[in-house]
Formats: sequence, structure tokens, C-alpha cells
Amino acid sequence: MLSSGINVLFEGSNMQRLLGGLLITAQIAFISIIISSLLGIVVGLMMTLKSRVLQFVFRFYLEAFRIIPILVWLFFVYFGVTNMLDIHLDGEIVAVVVFSLWGAAEMGDIVRGALESLPKHQMESGKALGLSFWQLYRFVLIPQAVRRMLPGAINLSTRMVKTTSLVVMIGVIDVVKVGQQIIERSIIDFPAASFWIYGLIFILYFIICYPLSILSKKMEMKWES
Amino acid sequence: MKGNNKVLLEIVGLRKTYGARPVLDDINLSIHKGEVVVVLGSSGCGKSTLLRCLNGLESIQGGDIKLSGKSLTDKNVNWQEVRQQIGMVFQNYDLFPHMTVMENILLGPSKVQKRAEKEVMEQASQLLDRVGLLNRKDDYPRQLSGGQKQRIAIVRALCMNPEIMLFDEVTAALDPEMVREVLDVILGLAKQGMTMVIVTHEMGFAKAVADCIVFIDAGKICEIAEPDEFFSNPKTERARQFLNIFQY
Amino acid sequence: MSMNWEFIMSALPLYEKAAWLTLKLAFLGILASLGIGLLCSIVLYQRTKGLERLVRVYIELSRNTPLLIQLFFLYYGLTKLGITLSEQTCAIIGLAFLGGSYMAEAFRGGIESVSKSQIESGISIGLSKLQLVRYVILPQAFAVTLPSLGANCIFLLKETSIFGAIAIADLMHVTQDLIGMYYQTFETLFMLVVAYLIILLPLSLFLTWLERKVRYAEFGN
Ligand SMILES: Nc1ncnc2c1ncn2[C@@H]1O[C@H](COP(=O)(O)OP(=O)(O)OP(=O)(O)O)[C@@H](O)[C@H]1O
Ligand SMILES: [Mg+2]
Repeated sequence: MLSSGINVLFEGSNMQRLLGGLLITAQIAFISIIISSLLGIVVGLMMTLKSRVLQFVFRFYLEAFRIIPILVWLFFVYFGVTNMLDIHLDGEIVAVVVFSLWGAAEMGDIVRGALESLPKHQMESGKALGLSFWQLYRFVLIPQAVRRMLPGAINLSTRMVKTTSLVVMIGVIDVVKVGQQIIERSIIDFPAASFWIYGLIFILYFIICYPLSILSKKMEMKWES
Repeated sequence: MKGNNKVLLEIVGLRKTYGARPVLDDINLSIHKGEVVVVLGSSGCGKSTLLRCLNGLESIQGGDIKLSGKSLTDKNVNWQEVRQQIGMVFQNYDLFPHMTVMENILLGPSKVQKRAEKEVMEQASQLLDRVGLLNRKDDYPRQLSGGQKQRIAIVRALCMNPEIMLFDEVTAALDPEMVREVLDVILGLAKQGMTMVIVTHEMGFAKAVADCIVFIDAGKICEIAEPDEFFSNPKTERARQFLNIFQY
Repeated sequence: MSMNWEFIMSALPLYEKAAWLTLKLAFLGILASLGIGLLCSIVLYQRTKGLERLVRVYIELSRNTPLLIQLFFLYYGLTKLGITLSEQTCAIIGLAFLGGSYMAEAFRGGIESVSKSQIESGISIGLSKLQLVRYVILPQAFAVTLPSLGANCIFLLKETSIFGAIAIADLMHVTQDLIGMYYQTFETLFMLVVAYLIILLPLSLFLTWLERKVRYAEFGN
């Protein structure tokens, strides 16, 4: 019974639909990662400016995302903000907004950490060469900082990809939702559908995340020494 | 020489390699009961490696080591038992930082040898008293100086009632003013007839404590001699060069 | 916008119950993941043949897949194998499956922080492998590991927020129900956030404190 159930994956356009769902998931993840990287760099740079106010605001922003579960944030924006402002937002938009804000906070912290870990004399020898503020960042600090932050940034991306699975909870038709629909429809013909569908989704996520985590581990080891 | 006593530790044709590189080559040495052997040699010649082989911390690639006539290269050898008979003190005073002095000392006797706590405690107190540290028995290692830690490490090894003690540059990491207090303890042990193999760079101490000097060069025994003879009239050119470095 | 306090008071018991349920499941799940993590890290450290492989595969599977999918697979998928688990059992197993690998990594980091010379001096007084782990390695590793164990606890507590997806009446589930039934969106979300803050904020502050404490109270040898 179980082994024949695997056919549910290939029945009709099922596989195509699942991959379509995966595409939605991937889109959300990709756009969010791009936005958070850009925002995160800005946030991280601002953090090195040593402004107390900025630091406090940023700390608060970061901790807010670290303490409150992402799913709560998704609910908060999806149900709460839309309700308050009396607008309608698609689940996809909400997901991108929440993930980007979260990612920007974490990425900002990674960028800040990388910049602050640079030895002080780098900064000073740059200044001694007569580099301007921007030249200093452009030619001295950023190239070095990038190496230090890449493993963390990739790690964050893996976490964001995994977190995309939550979007099904705010009505996005992602790979999980498509899977649920297929299971519901084929429950009579394929009683074991849920085993195979969820098994497949499990593996799909693994296939995306595993190489990323290997990559970040490799980089960490290579650049640690 | 206390050569009349029986041989306690016998090293026959010992060979040790890291990959293809030989670090110890054809080492032959007999250590009699009660004898104090001091191993000298320049940095990297293999002194530490020799001691580590004797204690089974390193595997050996050839030859044999016999403790009281029993081969230690035998497959069935129980290293845990052997190590109870061979005490070792390292350069970096590695007391366990999460245990008090007393707990450090009791760990081996109570957990490995399963001896009664009361009896071990008594012995430990006696030994601590002898090294002048009985009042520090409830301190943690971080509260002690390097010299004190090293004396505790010696007591920790002694409390297992070993047949033989190995010392690997136990004063090398110490401030000069603490070297003395540690060497005095070792000298005291020698007087009591403890069998010891000592690696050191303190030439004066070597001369005072040794029954026999073993000079190693590039993984080979270059010279074995009585201390007076070795220091006044070394037979090999390498030994002479080595001793010259220590003379200003 | 004014709050409907009456509604909040009437919904309070529901939230309280849900919070306790969340805490109970999280506690059991975290306890189990500590056990799994410890076992796995010892297997990795001792390089136990065969088991080591298995543990590595488990760790990668657990770390590179979302908890939601792990739960769905356990809850809906496995029933088809004839294994039927209650929602709560599923939640605990799922959390432990996820948390075990994180705890294992934390313990491994701690174990690796114990210096080689510490281990050798343990060996040289004749300690057996297990005694070495028990008396020398774990006590030292534990102090180093505490902050990451704490961080993992917070992480796992947050992950419990998706238990609602397998029909557990947790905070999210209650919130969703109330929004659906009464349209008191603002109030319910407010209570949801407050509930999580009450659970997580003290823990997070405690962790920050602990981290500082551990950093300054290094054993210092
Ligand atoms: N784990 C290892 N792998 C490869 N080579 C090693 C290893 N340990 C030691 N060696 C090499 O073996 C040789 C002997 O080392 P050993 O530590 O025994 O020297 P030593 O005589 O104790 O020197 P020192 O007086 O500096 O302590 C050295 O050349 C060292 O580089
Ligand atoms: Mg040495």
C-alpha cells in the first residue's frame, strides 16, 4: 500500500504543481534574502557610527525579532496591521515584509560584528595613507569584512529558507499548501499520499538547505585560519 | 649507580615515527629501581615524545617497552593499570580547573583504584604537608601560583603510589623564583628512593639529582654517562656543543 | 484605537491555558533534546563506529529541514505506516528531533573546548574513556556550553509557536480561533505578543546575564 502510494507524486500534474508551489516558496525566500542583505548592510554600517541613539534603536529592533517568534510577526502583520490600516495585503507580501525586516536586523548584526572585528590598525593605517572616509570603507574595510560575514550570512539564508515553510499559515499557496491540497484530493485513491507528499517536501527543503550549510561551514573553516 | 637493584623499566630498540619521519630511533635504556635518569637534549630532539611513549600516550612503531619485565606492546596490556604504576607530570600544570586541590588528588585513587576515601585522604594530606601546601587543599587551581600548581600536580601523581615517575620539563613554564620550590620537591623524592625519569633544562638540577644522564640528539641516544663525567668531560662532540650553549 | 478590555479579560483564561500547554510541551521537548544532544555528542567524540555515521546523518537532516515539515511528516505521514501518535506526542518528538541536533552541536563545541593536555593528564592518571568524559570533559564543557544551551532553549521555545499547525491548542491556535470567531483582531494579537514576551523576555535577559557571567568566570588555569 505504501509503496504504491508513491505514484501520487506522479499522478496527473501533481509533481508540476508541487514544484510550482516550491517556486513561490523560493521566490519569497530569494526576494527576502536580497532585501535583507541590502538593508542589513545599511543597518550594519550605521551601527559602526557609534551613535548611542542609533545603537539603542537598533538593539531594540533586533531583540524584538529575536524574542518574538517569526510566526507571531507574520500573524501580527497579516491580521493586525492590515486590520488597523484597513488594507488588504496578500500573504506573499506580508511574508516578504516580515522576513526582510527580520533578515535585515540579523544581517545588520552580522555586518556590524564583521566590521568591529577588523583590527583597529587597519583603520588607522588606511587613514594614514590619506584615504577618505568612503575610500576607507570601499578599499580597506569592506573587502575584509565580507570574508568575515559570509559564513554567517549564508547561515542566515538557510534559516530564512527553512522559515518560509511558515507562510502556509497565512494563506500563501506555497509548496506545503499545494501538498495539502493534493493530499486532500487523492486521499481516496492514495491513502498513503500524506507520507509521500510530506516526505518529498522534507527532502526538497533538505536539498536546498544542506548545500548552503555545507558552504557556510567550509567558508568558516577556510577563513578561520 | 644503583645498578644492583632490579631493572624496573626497560626500553629495547624503541622506534617512533610521525608519518615517515622518525622522531625516536633505536632507543635502548634500562632504568633500575630507585634510579634517577635525567634526559637531556636540545629542543625537538624527542625527549617529550620518549616520555609520552613510556606512558602510552603515543603509539610506537618498533621495539619494546617492559615494565617489571612485562611487555607494554602486548595487545592485551591494560594501559589503565600500567598508568597507575607510571606517574606523569607535564609542563603545563594541568590540574583539573573545576575541582579543588583535594578533589584533583582524590580523583585517580578513588575512581580508578577504588581505594577508600579516608585512607587516600590521609595519604594526600601527608603528601600535601610535605610539599608545604596542606593549607591550600580546598582551593581551586586558579587560586594557586604556577609553582604551587606544579607541586600539587606532583602530589596528584604520587598519590597513585606509582612505581616510577616521569617529569617533562615541569619547571619550564614557571617564573624563575618558583622553579626552586618545585625542584626541591623532586630532589626530596630522589632522596627517598623514588624511581624517576626527568626531562629538564636546568643543568645544575640535573647534576644534583641524576644517577645517570641520557643525552639524546635527533631522536637517538648519543651518550649515557654519570653526571659528573657528563658535565666535566662529555665524550661526544654533540654533547659538548649542547653543554656550551648553557655556559656564558 | 481603544482596547476592549472586557474581551481581553474574558479571553485571558484561554491564553493562560494555552501558555501552560506550550510550556509543558516545550519543557518535555527540550529535556528530550538535551538527552539526545548529549548522547550524540558523546558518540561523535568517542567516534563510535557505525553510530557516528548515523548521528551525522541525523544532525544534517534535523538542521536542514523546517520543524513544520518534520511535524507534518510525523503527524500526518507516519499514521499511514500504522504509527499513530497523539498531537502532543508528535509535538514533543518533533521538537526533540529538531532540538537534539542543536544541543549536540552545543555540547560538541564545549567538549572541543577542553584542551588536549587536560585530557592527557586525565588519561595519565588511568581514567577510563567514560570516566574521562564524566569527570574531566563534561564538567568543563558544561560551563562553556551553558550560553549556547540557553540560546537553544529560547530557539526551541519560539519554534513551539507552530504546534498550532497540528491542532494543538497553543497560543497561536487560540489566537487564530479568536480572530476567526470574534474579529477582535487587535486585542487577540496584543495578548499573543504579551504572552510570548512573558515567557521569553525573562529567559532572554537571564541568558544575557549568564553569558556575561560565564565569560568573566572562566576557570582560569
Ligand atoms: N604530533 C606530532 N606530529 C608530528 N610531529 C611531531 C608531533 N609531536 C612532536 N613532533 C615532532 O617530534 C619531534 C620531537 O618532539 P618532542 O616534543 O619530543 O621534542 P622535545 O625534545 O620534547 O623538545 P622540547 O625541548 O622543545 O620540548 C619534534 O621535531 C616535533 O616537531
Ligand atoms: Mg618537550
